Amino acid sequence: MAELSNQLMAVTVLAYLAAMVCYAAEYAFGSKSRIGRAAERPARVLVGAGAPLSDDVPSTVDSPPPPNKTGEIFGRVAVGLNVVALLLHLGALVTRGIAADRMPWGNMYEYILSATFVGSAVWVGVLIRRPAIRHIGLFVSLALVLLLGADGMIAYVPVGPLVPALHSYWFIIHVSTIILASGIFLIGAVPATMFLIRDGYDKGKRRFPYSLGRNTPDAAVLERLTFRLHAFAFPLFTFGALIAGPIWAEASWGRYWGWDPKEVWAFISWIVYAGYLHARATPSVKRNVATWIALLGFATMLMNLFGVNLFFSGFHSYANAGGM
Amino acid sequence: MTVVEERPAPAAAPPPKPAHRLWALLRNSWRQLTSMRTALVLLFLLAVAAIPGSVFPQHAVDEQRVTEYYQAHPSLAPWLERLGGFEVYGSPWFASIYLLLFTSLIGCVVPRLRDHVRALRQSVPDAPKRFDRLPLSSPDFASGETPAEAAARVAGVLRRRRFRTKVREHDDGSFSVSAEKGYLKEAGNLLFHFALLAVLIGVGFGHWYGWHGNRILVAGADQGFCDSLAQYDDSTLGPRVDAADLPDFCLKLTDFRASYETTGQPKMFAATVAVTEGDGPAKTRTFTVNKPLRLHGAGVHLIGHGYAVSLRYTDRYGVSQTKVVPFLPIDGMFTSEGVAQFPDVNIDPKTDKRDPTLQVGFEGRYLPTVGTDGSATSAYPAENSPALFLTAYRGDLGLDVGTPGSVYALDQGQIATGDLKNVSGARPHELKIGDSWTLDDGTKLEFLGTRPYATLSIRYDPTQTLVLAGAALGLCGLMLSLAGKRRRVWFRALPASPEASGGTLLTAGGLPRTDYPGFADEFTQLVKAAEEGTP
Ligand code: HEM
Repeated sequence: MAELSNQLMAVTVLAYLAAMVCYAAEYAFGSKSRIGRAAERPARVLVGAGAPLSDDVPSTVDSPPPPNKTGEIFGRVAVGLNVVALLLHLGALVTRGIAADRMPWGNMYEYILSATFVGSAVWVGVLIRRPAIRHIGLFVSLALVLLLGADGMIAYVPVGPLVPALHSYWFIIHVSTIILASGIFLIGAVPATMFLIRDGYDKGKRRFPYSLGRNTPDAAVLERLTFRLHAFAFPLFTFGALIAGPIWAEASWGRYWGWDPKEVWAFISWIVYAGYLHARATPSVKRNVATWIALLGFATMLMNLFGVNLFFSGFHSYANAGGM
Repeated sequence: MTVVEERPAPAAAPPPKPAHRLWALLRNSWRQLTSMRTALVLLFLLAVAAIPGSVFPQHAVDEQRVTEYYQAHPSLAPWLERLGGFEVYGSPWFASIYLLLFTSLIGCVVPRLRDHVRALRQSVPDAPKRFDRLPLSSPDFASGETPAEAAARVAGVLRRRRFRTKVREHDDGSFSVSAEKGYLKEAGNLLFHFALLAVLIGVGFGHWYGWHGNRILVAGADQGFCDSLAQYDDSTLGPRVDAADLPDFCLKLTDFRASYETTGQPKMFAATVAVTEGDGPAKTRTFTVNKPLRLHGAGVHLIGHGYAVSLRYTDRYGVSQTKVVPFLPIDGMFTSEGVAQFPDVNIDPKTDKRDPTLQVGFEGRYLPTVGTDGSATSAYPAENSPALFLTAYRGDLGLDVGTPGSVYALDQGQIATGDLKNVSGARPHELKIGDSWTLDDGTKLEFLGTRPYATLSIRYDPTQTLVLAGAALGLCGLMLSLAGKRRRVWFRALPASPEASGGTLLTAGGLPRTDYPGFADEFTQLVKAAEEGTP
């Protein structure tokens, strides 16, 4: 079973890679007008609070097929591959859990495997509800390939049992909510990045990263999607890291908060994301500044995941199995 | 009654009085401090200020690593100490940031609470003059009712959808319906921020009135422990706690169980103790890593375990002493290090004087499972083939000097000066359980066996529940706040023509007061519902 899980994991990365290539091909072939129009409709629905009701919203559903067929085909194939990759990803996770005979998030390798799965699933969910957002799929799959690749290369450990400190139902509650939150923050970071690129593009910047902004959905659509994902993940993270975690820590170590490096960085992430929500609610702070803060928040999450596990030692026995 | 504007125009500013300069400065600073931008900056500062605490070892987290840091960076460490680098979360600069932030928070939420209570007690403001200036407005639609009837019916429609409504009659014979929904958003937001305050207060009081101590408890009836300060290996009392306040209980470790995977990875630990609280009877209780022993006024947490070595030393006058000394594990396989010191031995019964040059100490390792490869580390955490490897020292142990030394190592200073000498050679002497070892002076050491010990962390935090309740309430507030949407809707019912009584023309306008993309849909629905009911 463990061997199967490893093979599925490798195939999953390949599938995301294939999806990424197809998304990229759509990006290259897709004509600007089609994407522009596709993005128009949800843009209206999303930011349409200001639109007068009597105005007939033009719908792309009835519009003639886009002139560029190749891009469209690649786009559809990409989504198909993306779904296949998601299923394989689920398979890798489930077989890992069966092999270990427990929830598959007992160490850093499994943690990343699960968090990226959540991210990928949320992405597919968003994709189903708003097909026009497809165009940032390239960057979603890029992020997933990078993270899963890093996971397999840096963090891989063979299947093993849990250390006694992890034998607790709080283990399931605490870790699963944090995984959910990190997966959503991960997916939130993609539209955040794309918004910054698009925003720069709209302001006339044409240098490299901004040149990618040509084909993305509207800046406002991206910005709102960023906010929605973060606003959803933030309470989950609050519960997982700042309530369930301390409850468990109290039972296990006697203190609910002890400024262990992992706790410090969870606190930092929480504060930074709270800063993002504040910045977004403050009219005098520009939306791109707020979005930068959201990305900073994601950077602190990555720091907690890779940096703290690998460089600092602490109570959290994720990276260093063994101790009690 | 006249139609009033949504927001009353601010009263004309009074002519600037020669205000007190200091007062003006204070008021301005306060305004600055309580602005959202300042809150943002302070949040950011707090995040940055928390970083050093994860980079440098902290006194409160791991004293051992602070000591190691001092050894590794002898010139840097004292400076870091002065700047609070080893005690970031108790340092004045960290405290000043969060205290400023919480001052800003109070200054921000108290007026908002007042405004919100006021908004809840006042009725919804009247409709603006023109709906076409609002983000959403509907075309006119007609109804056969009188304006008063139409207004009452529309208000009913809105009320059924849980809007707060207010119907007003105007001088021109028209009626307006004002409706607002989503008050919970602001209420949730306020709840969240007040809950943060509660958590901070809880944490502060917990620090003042809480205490904790650590204790290694060796199995056996002779090794009991009672909750008094002197019996802890180390302890910290909050500033408002007195040693006499500690609850009265005693523990004896009657059993300790551990099981391991074949790889040596631990599977399960459980400690069984006999507890007496106050004058009560002794009770037997078992606790494990995630399930602490909860007593009145204290929680006992199992945070580690190991082996204590039982040794009997018989001196040159034939007097023997037995010591049970915990050895500390240095790796996951429980290779353990420790020391047994016998300061009160070799006392000549004739003079009854202690000879400081004849004290004895043993230092070395205990391996629960000696490997086949002859290495000095244990091969498995359980006691499959245990052995003790000791070096004997004789001389002055240095225990009388008064400087508190480690109980897990001999005083290296005494060895360096030659006051304490190795008397057993370079190679440690191996002892199996039951072995006895005769030293060069004819004295004898016997390895009687081992006993398990449990490392206990005993804690009391009186505000733990308050902090948890604050956090839970805060989370509820947060979700209400993030999910809530505040919006206003107005309907106006005008007589269709001033002469003919009977017909009514209705229009509607909508104003989202917070970011709410779905409002256009909801507004359409509302107008439709109002229209459908028209006779
Ligand atoms: C102790 C640090 C603070 C934290 C962790 C924090 C956290 C948050 C979070 C997570 C939100 C977004 C959720 C929501 O809308 O309720 C929020 C909103 C808000 N915060 Fe704070 N806050 C803090 C301090 C402050 C301070 C000092 C102020 C005032 C200067 C303030 C004013 C506000 C306001 C006005 C909103 C509502 C924004 C909106 O209109 O949606 N907060 N806060």
